[in-house]
Amino acid sequence: MKRRNLILTAVFLLLSVIFLVYADNNFDSYIVRILNLCAIYTVLGLSMNLINGFTGLFSLGHAGFMAVGAYATAILTMSIETKQANFFLAPLISPLDKIVLPFLISLIIAGLIAVIVAYGIGAPALRLKGDYLAIATLGFAEIIRVVFTNTQRVTNGALGLKGIPSTTNLWWSFGIALFTVIVMISLINSSYGRAFKAIREDEIAAESMGINLFKHKVLSFMIGAFFAGVGGGLLGSLLGTIDPLMFRFFMTFNILLIIVLGGMGSISGTIISAFVITIATEWLRFLDEPIKLGFLTTPALPGLRMVVFSALLMVVVLFFRHGLMGTRELTWDMIFGFFNRKKPLTKGGTK
Amino acid sequence: MSVLRTDSITMQFGGLTAVKEFSLELNKGEIIALIGPNGAGKTTAFNMITGVYKPTKGNVIFNDKNITGLKPDQITVLGVARTFQNIRLFKDLSVLDNVLIANHLRIKSNFMEAILKLPRYRREEKAMFEKSMNLLEKVGLADLKDEKSSSLPYGKQRRLEIARALATDPAVLLLDEPAAGMNPKETDDLTVFIKEIRDEFNLTIFMIEHHMQVVMGISNRIYVLDYGVTIAQGTPYEIQNNQRVIEAYLGVEENA
Repeated sequence: MKRRNLILTAVFLLLSVIFLVYADNNFDSYIVRILNLCAIYTVLGLSMNLINGFTGLFSLGHAGFMAVGAYATAILTMSIETKQANFFLAPLISPLDKIVLPFLISLIIAGLIAVIVAYGIGAPALRLKGDYLAIATLGFAEIIRVVFTNTQRVTNGALGLKGIPSTTNLWWSFGIALFTVIVMISLINSSYGRAFKAIREDEIAAESMGINLFKHKVLSFMIGAFFAGVGGGLLGSLLGTIDPLMFRFFMTFNILLIIVLGGMGSISGTIISAFVITIATEWLRFLDEPIKLGFLTTPALPGLRMVVFSALLMVVVLFFRHGLMGTRELTWDMIFGFFNRKKPLTKGGTK
Repeated sequence: MSVLRTDSITMQFGGLTAVKEFSLELNKGEIIALIGPNGAGKTTAFNMITGVYKPTKGNVIFNDKNITGLKPDQITVLGVARTFQNIRLFKDLSVLDNVLIANHLRIKSNFMEAILKLPRYRREEKAMFEKSMNLLEKVGLADLKDEKSSSLPYGKQRRLEIARALATDPAVLLLDEPAAGMNPKETDDLTVFIKEIRDEFNLTIFMIEHHMQVVMGISNRIYVLDYGVTIAQGTPYEIQNNQRVIEAYLGVEENA
């Protein structure tokens, strides 16, 4: 059984690589970009699911960590000339204007800066619980955005950054997504992952089992922030231009939508949901444009897509409270079990 | 030799004194019961010892160390484990995971070692698994290890909670109404079981219990609380014949 699953996983990964090679060579840039976004949202979804789904901390500060990561990566990877062109109002502060680092190192540094920021936010805010934590983290994310709007000499303020080297391609985004998935699976199934889940299930019981709540909450928060920072860096490099307005609450909401639909506390659910939501967002783009209904033409309604998603979220919250997967994981055994279960029904004379 | 001692601990919630000057002494290997009518402050006394509440006055001494005001997790690390009156298992997790989580407090590997599955972490994980399976075997739940803990019948959930508390390697085990809601057969089993674990794990047991058969059957000494005040303490025989205890439980006879 174990061997079969291992082989199937290997085959699945191989097929994915073949698909990516094919996509890289044959698909047009629009579809490649959507695929990149799918992978990046997987990274972001997983990082938020670690905090919200596995540790049970209702945090809404994700856009803040992404902003930190995106700006750090952008500033560290941009060439000196691009930096000079960007910072025409006020020059970039001294050491940063000469540093140009490779993409991977910039991503790691971006993640680490997000971790430091997460500690700064988490240390006071994680003493709060539930809704209060949500409001505090939401506030912190907004503070980060406002600070970035006003630190002209570091972030170029409201002008944003343009001409970020577009290093992100299918290999980078899917490679990092795979890395994130592996780290998350390993973490969640380790003793630390079990401690996180214990905190989610019952804080009082977890504490009386000797689990230091604060230490583990901050740890989960920091690991989540690291991947949020890396995801933000990837996103910035894919889009080529970032500005503070990108990282409003709306960004956090998008990722929250992914993890709620996929299942709080399910890695496979988050991955499936990240792909479905990202593709659906593009596919439903026609809703924002004028729609011809026979003789009637509705005017263009930008934002109608989000109405659809909001309705979808309401349906999920009302009828499928645990999302697509709940806390379960999609495994090969589950897929085979699903097919095997159907057989006796057809044989057993129901028809 | 006393393992755990409280020096007249008092807990006040605003104007209400839930427990007043409660002095307890647990000697190594004893089974001590705490009884009293509903609302007498028994669970509050537990919560003060385990760090859920910080006593308004008085000290809790564990192995000559003052543990007053420490947090619950620190007290558990030192060796005082507890169960809860209304079972608090990690409901969505498996029976085995519930016990494994209680091993986490002694882990030495950091989270990076855990993610990378380095040798030291692997050794620790293996040891945790073996210890947990041993405990589950002792409480007779080994074959149910992959079940969701909330799917177990009530009596088994109680046993699992005790197994989970034992996994933290305690010196003192506090049981909050272990026999609550159990049928007579389960109660008898529990009485035997408590004695067994005491001998096997060298425990000192302090329990709150309403079930007199259990209390009188296994306790070395009994403390009686009423409205937060310790009205009696002594051997089961002494308590059974104590006039104040009888009054607290049955009321005073009115002389017309």
